[in-house]
Amino acid sequence: MTETPLLSIRHLDVNFIMPDGQTARALEDVSFDVSPGQTIGLVGESGCGKTTTLMSIMRLLPSNGRITGGQVFYNGLDMLTFSERQMRDYRWKEMSIIFQGAMNALNPVMKVGDQVGEAILLHNLMDQSQANRRVDELLELVGIPKSRRDQYPHQYSGGMRQRAMIAMALACAPSLLFADEPTTALDVMIQAQVLELLKEIQQKLGLAIVLVTHDLGVVAEVCDSVVVMYGGKVAEYGNADQIYNQPQHPYTQRLLESFPDLNRTVDQGAGSDQTLASIPGTPPRLTELPAGCRFEPRCHLRIERCSQEAPKLIDVSAITAGKGHFAACHLCQGPEAAF
Amino acid sequence: MNEHWTLFKRNLQNFWGDFRGNRMGLIGAFLVLTALIAAVFAPSLSRYSPSEVIRDENGRGLTFAPPSVHAPLGTDDAGRDVWTQLIYGARISMTVGFLAGFIAMFVGSLFGITAGYFGGWVDNLLMRTTDVLLVIPDLPLMIVLVATLRQMQLKISPLTVLILVIGLLYWTSTARLIRSQVLTIKERQFVARARAIGAGHFHIIRKHILPQIMPLIVANTVLIISTAILVESGLAFLGLGDPTQPSWGTMLNFAFSRNAVTNGAWWFYLPPGLAIVWISLGCVLLGNVLEEMLNPRLTGHNLEDERHMVSIPAPGASSD
Amino acid sequence: MNRRDYLIRKLGLALVTIFVVVIINFLLFRVLPGDPVRSVIGRNVRISADTQQALREQFGLDKPIFPDQFLDTLGQWARGNLGVSWSLRKPVNEILLSKLWNTLLLIGIGQILAILLGVTLGLIAGWKRKSAVDVGALTFSLIAWATPTFWLGIILLAAGSTWLGLPTGGIVSPANVGKPLYTVIPDVAHHLILPTLTLTILYLGEYMLIMRSSILEVLSEDYILTAKAKGMSHWQVLRKHALKNAMLPIVTLIALNLGFTVSGAIYIETVFSYDGLGKMFQIALVKQDYPLLQGAFLLLAISVIIANMLADILYTYLDPRVKAT
Repeated sequence: MTETPLLSIRHLDVNFIMPDGQTARALEDVSFDVSPGQTIGLVGESGCGKTTTLMSIMRLLPSNGRITGGQVFYNGLDMLTFSERQMRDYRWKEMSIIFQGAMNALNPVMKVGDQVGEAILLHNLMDQSQANRRVDELLELVGIPKSRRDQYPHQYSGGMRQRAMIAMALACAPSLLFADEPTTALDVMIQAQVLELLKEIQQKLGLAIVLVTHDLGVVAEVCDSVVVMYGGKVAEYGNADQIYNQPQHPYTQRLLESFPDLNRTVDQGAGSDQTLASIPGTPPRLTELPAGCRFEPRCHLRIERCSQEAPKLIDVSAITAGKGHFAACHLCQGPEAAF
Repeated sequence: MNEHWTLFKRNLQNFWGDFRGNRMGLIGAFLVLTALIAAVFAPSLSRYSPSEVIRDENGRGLTFAPPSVHAPLGTDDAGRDVWTQLIYGARISMTVGFLAGFIAMFVGSLFGITAGYFGGWVDNLLMRTTDVLLVIPDLPLMIVLVATLRQMQLKISPLTVLILVIGLLYWTSTARLIRSQVLTIKERQFVARARAIGAGHFHIIRKHILPQIMPLIVANTVLIISTAILVESGLAFLGLGDPTQPSWGTMLNFAFSRNAVTNGAWWFYLPPGLAIVWISLGCVLLGNVLEEMLNPRLTGHNLEDERHMVSIPAPGASSD
Repeated sequence: MNRRDYLIRKLGLALVTIFVVVIINFLLFRVLPGDPVRSVIGRNVRISADTQQALREQFGLDKPIFPDQFLDTLGQWARGNLGVSWSLRKPVNEILLSKLWNTLLLIGIGQILAILLGVTLGLIAGWKRKSAVDVGALTFSLIAWATPTFWLGIILLAAGSTWLGLPTGGIVSPANVGKPLYTVIPDVAHHLILPTLTLTILYLGEYMLIMRSSILEVLSEDYILTAKAKGMSHWQVLRKHALKNAMLPIVTLIALNLGFTVSGAIYIETVFSYDGLGKMFQIALVKQDYPLLQGAFLLLAISVIIANMLADILYTYLDPRVKAT
């Protein structure tokens, strides 16, 4: 990557303090970059830390969450050193987020149009009438008729609410958009529309998007780069071509195997509801992590070293095509990643 | 059969473990237990009988005497020992409270299960009845009911009248709670499966639904009992209790109408009220804790303090 | 949900409840042993023979109970004729109406104070969960809940009169009895302090608890996180998103509370000898003055039912999820 990355995560560690006092290590040593205008997918099973990563960047973790290490560089500045007040300044203006399950993310007793435009007025970017015009533009951009701006969320369908969330997220023209499972909980046809919309927006506005999903089909459709996460750590990281055609980590390989329809495009009906249940075993409990590799109990290629020593992220660019391909596996040859 | 017993024992142990850690629950249990003990062992805890008048050297009743060695809580307007009245009164207050509570629980559960399980017009009818009952102000209704029933000379003791009236008016919250639980359970697969294999309604209710809602019923009953005790004390204060079997409410009625307040006899009007607070608080704490354990509350909301969200140890701190 | 349907349902419920109350009221005192005449005329008749006869005719007391007596009685009640109180020797409706305002004054002030304080405390308690305010407020509410209304009144009466020299009862001092209340406001205020304080303490706890759990529930919703993600400060989030949603249950609670407030008024007015409807109710009970008791019950119950319905109607205008047709 020749340009300075927009967002640069380095060695992020996040813990959760459970009700019984135990500490769950939700993220450990997570590192990746997002360039301006790039779309990057965060993939993995539920509980692997994808959502936690997003929430940590925006500092919206629940009250028992603790960021215990690492740096989050945005345009060169480490956001983890920001005070809450500075964070508020960045929120929505520089980066915004679409939460999982748009059903409840909108206030039921406030008009949709008001909610879409709220942040614009909050950050004093425009006056009321300008903001109103912008809301109309945004609604049009996502395909919601202007006439519906004074309606309430319960009057919208599920797909429309998701689109309203997208419009709302774009209100302050951020450089970075986080989308947490934007297509889960929607039916297939709507999923396709929303994905199309995201692609369109990305092209039109030049946004960087971090897309969290468990659905590899979605990632194939939309993403330039992919970060595969497992058990709170990065398993593999590279561009879409590298990940799909030359996966180095056994977990990535198994993931891809369980998606036989990846060659079909979204139009041909791929990408729906393909869960990852086909890998036997379950993800590790974050309160009782093994000393070695976290995937080792379920790995079909494990060796003795795997249960004793946790693998570091290896730069496997020499093996595969292009640069910037990393995998955390003892079976990979190459220098340690220079993050 | 053996597995059921082991499972039950383990559940009980888990329950006890959770319960023991909860301070409020323990306080509640302590309050209730001490009150129960005082009531049950009343004769051993006092050297007087409730109607016994303490007399001075001249044989006159020692009225409104302040607390002393002979009478730790002083005497009432007739010279009777207040402490004795208090612990014997516990029997009345708690009996009425418990019995009324059980009636309310029974009726409430019956209605709740029926409404939730059968649905349709039965549900509608029962819920509308609940709505109607809830809107009518409770105390005036109870007063007129009790007053009328007592005048009817039906040879029911005043206390029984109280128990019945309270029990038959306070079942609504239980009914609603049970109904919504039953509705949730009904959604679940095993009920449909049981019906498919031809299980009858009673069987399903007894084997599948009751065990699941029993803990909730118990928690709710404890709360209802505390309400019943409070309500009884109020009605007794207004004179609707049985003067020959004084409850704490009746004691307060005596205290108030016989000028304990103007005479400054705080030992007469303070303890019965404190006793009511004692047991009500105990039941509420117990009930709340039980309910909390059954429906554990979420861990936090979205606007909590975020000062600790970033806790990166400073460089130079000892590394692992 | 459709607003019109919702309102129709609520109206229907109110009517049915009123009907039930009327039937209860009618039947209650007619099941007493002896002459049914007594339920309207009074137990130990001490009013003139002419009045007795007039009442007999109005309420159809010589005719069979159904439908004649019932309809006649209903007709009389609809016209506001609730019989004559034998112990006070005045028409019941006159007595009740003259005391109504006193009770409304007491309840009104008490409830408003309780709502203001309770809601504020509840907001802080829920928002700053597990803080000292939260724990303190919870403890206070629990204890307030477990405290009998009348007993708290007695304690405050004793303490207030002994240590603070506050009046021991009545709505005005003996010197001012009979004067219209608005002419002796300071005196009334002086007498209102203790009873209002009792009411407020007791109801504050309840409003605090409801607001606290309401705010907890609202603050756990996803749209609060959205608001925070937009860059709002805690206070902005509360003001713009949380408060309105959290207050809705309070409106419902006020409606529900009306019934209990009346009960509280009965106890407090008794303890403080406060000359209102509640005290009338208690006097009627003690003296077995059935016309007064019946009339007071009818008036109290119907007022509460109507107030409830009005609160429900108000709710439909506040919650946009209840759709207008």
